[in-house]
Amino acid sequence: MTQTDTLSPSDIAQTQSGAEILLRALKEQEVEVIFGYPGGAVLPIYDAIFQQNAIRHILVRHEQAAVHAAEGYARSTGKVGVVLVTSGPGATNAVTGLVDALMDSIPVVCLTGQVPTHLIGNDAFQEADTTGITRPATKHNYLVKKSADLARVVHEAFYVARSGRPGPVVIDLPKDILINPAPYTAKPAAAHRSYRPQTAPDGAQIAKAISLLKNAKRPVIYSGGGVINSGPQASDALVRFAKLTGIPVTSTLMGLGAYPSNDSQFLGMLGMHGTYEANLVMHGSDVMLNMGARFDDRVTGRLNAFAPNSRKIHVDIDPSSINKNVAVEVPVIADAGLALEAMIEAWHADPATQNTAALAEWWAQIEAWRAVNCLKFRQTTEKGGIIKPQHAIQRLYELTREHEAKTGKPTFISTEVGQHQMWAAQYFRFDKPNRWMTSGGLGTMGYGLPAAMGVQIAHPDALCIDIAGEASILMNIQEMATLAQYRLPVKVFILNNQYMGMVRQWQELLHGSRYSESYSEALPDFVRLADAFHGVGMRATSIDELDDVIRAMLAEPRAVIADICVDQTENCFPMIPSGAAHNEMILGPEHGTGLNKGNAAGLTDEGLVLV
Amino acid sequence: MSNLQDTAIRSATISVLVENESGVLARVIGLFSGRGYNIDSLTVAPVETDRARSRINVVTSGTPMVIEQIKAQLDRLVPVHRVADLTQDGPHIAREMALIKVVAQAGHARTEALRLADAFRARVVDATTESFVFEMTGQTDKLDAFVDLMRPLGLAEVSRTGVAAIARGTRVI
Repeated sequence: MTQTDTLSPSDIAQTQSGAEILLRALKEQEVEVIFGYPGGAVLPIYDAIFQQNAIRHILVRHEQAAVHAAEGYARSTGKVGVVLVTSGPGATNAVTGLVDALMDSIPVVCLTGQVPTHLIGNDAFQEADTTGITRPATKHNYLVKKSADLARVVHEAFYVARSGRPGPVVIDLPKDILINPAPYTAKPAAAHRSYRPQTAPDGAQIAKAISLLKNAKRPVIYSGGGVINSGPQASDALVRFAKLTGIPVTSTLMGLGAYPSNDSQFLGMLGMHGTYEANLVMHGSDVMLNMGARFDDRVTGRLNAFAPNSRKIHVDIDPSSINKNVAVEVPVIADAGLALEAMIEAWHADPATQNTAALAEWWAQIEAWRAVNCLKFRQTTEKGGIIKPQHAIQRLYELTREHEAKTGKPTFISTEVGQHQMWAAQYFRFDKPNRWMTSGGLGTMGYGLPAAMGVQIAHPDALCIDIAGEASILMNIQEMATLAQYRLPVKVFILNNQYMGMVRQWQELLHGSRYSESYSEALPDFVRLADAFHGVGMRATSIDELDDVIRAMLAEPRAVIADICVDQTENCFPMIPSGAAHNEMILGPEHGTGLNKGNAAGLTDEGLVLV
Repeated sequence: MSNLQDTAIRSATISVLVENESGVLARVIGLFSGRGYNIDSLTVAPVETDRARSRINVVTSGTPMVIEQIKAQLDRLVPVHRVADLTQDGPHIAREMALIKVVAQAGHARTEALRLADAFRARVVDATTESFVFEMTGQTDKLDAFVDLMRPLGLAEVSRTGVAAIARGTRVI
């Protein structure tokens, strides 16, 4: 729509093919890596990639993994992840990854091939209505129908992917557009004509928020992925604000790492498998500051019993997150980092004195809740004793800390989805943002291995560990071949209980222990599987083997699959059953309760229909 | 802002100014179906001389919290320029046009149809010895009332445009 639709001969003389123009635009957007898989419709792009060195292409083994790898790359660097797949099945395979990135607000640009414009709609070979299919799977998508639009669309896609609440953007590229000459347009300096998200907070709203917080008797900061997405300076501002105010901090799954988890003001993760203290603080709070989280159902539990006596402040860059699930008193539409800086300033500017006596009383109560030690578990130390999955994560955490101190190499953790993911969130403690990649919103099994791969590409010298379950890991196990090809030393740490553990736990709790299809018969031999993929396999079957296996894994310069055989019947606690409130949490067997139907508090038929 | 805790369903006429690009209507409709919102009426047409922008008028219903959510969701679509809740923002005019075909041979039905059309300010735009097509513009409920009256007189077919709406006075979207 900009410029001319037809090119004059002089234009063509100065222009390159669409594919070359595409790469030129990617370079201007400072793209360094593309995760992709070739096919007929994108051959011109692959030909252009072949003839340059500025952008590196990583050949994955499945298009879904390309998107997860780009997500891992994006989340660990703060940059936009880039994906390149072919038309038809290439695009449809990428859809799961796109929805994952949409739900977790990860900036990704996905280039999809398309049949030539004159064949669109003809059911051509490998044709799919990619923009139609991905419309609800992306933040925005484009079909480039004119060569003149190509460069502009690429620049716009990057702007949309990274601005406001980040998300995935698809650019569908018909083959003739890639072959035909196209003009180049530079990155526009002017603002986008319609998409201009607000990032600076409204001063009056900030003042209202500060006034509420200063007078609060039982305040809490509920921090989320928005703080991570805002960049490391936002995490830094969060710490400064918490230290300034003395307010306890809890975090969502997505927000872990924004606040150092070993700090005394940190309560741990909240929500369905959050800590006792975090959930009771939320429930009992009188003023809640939601910083970049979205009142997800995994966090709130039963909505009509969610923090019933609290006055709520909600800072979010996405206005549609405000008042979606929970009505709030003080909405602030802003970037989390900018909002936190403004709040620090406003705290100093507000003449009111903080109710420190009430806050001290609140902390005394919190310490009492904390003393319950809700994450307590009993690990036998006998030789040959069975490994508790929680202990495996805890030792992994402790030994990686040692490793980090010794080598100076940072540790990045990704996970698959299920019990192991929740245990990782509970027992692995993060001190820095961008070190934790997990599929929170969509809950995509198979996320962790390709995500770790993307992180390792971005941070070649770092220690990248995928904490996995034996069921999840099989969903993208083919990426072991990518690890081998690029010599990526990713460590896969499998908590192997031979069950889809979270499914088994719910069946035990809600379906009379009828373990329908949740047992994995005929699992592969993971040690030999690692070997087959040119990696190193290791196994620990008893407690006395665990530390040695972890140490060997950390010392190994190649990719590793560590098969940690853990207690098959262990359940993930604390747990708020679906449809229950924060104060109706079930604690583990160490607390004299557990998963028997009689004391599953708040378990109702209504809850049964929830997921 | 109306009380978000209110559980009563209200009707809202929302106008959306969008970039006139391919797929924009699908985006809006997909948003409504994907999130389970109602569409009672929907119209769309280019409204600027260079046809660069279109206006979508959508009549929807829901609790105040849902209506607020619909507006926020519409507003964050990339090609959306502006969203206005005409029902909430002040007085506005909402009009719909209908073409209504009545098939009637009996003299009584024909004269009654014409008499009622006159009372409702409907115009006869086509007539045969066996039929009339009426053209009528007005608010949705007026059109509904006329259509109901035509039913016993030989109502055969109705074609309606859906609602176009605009604020009264100097206020613009």
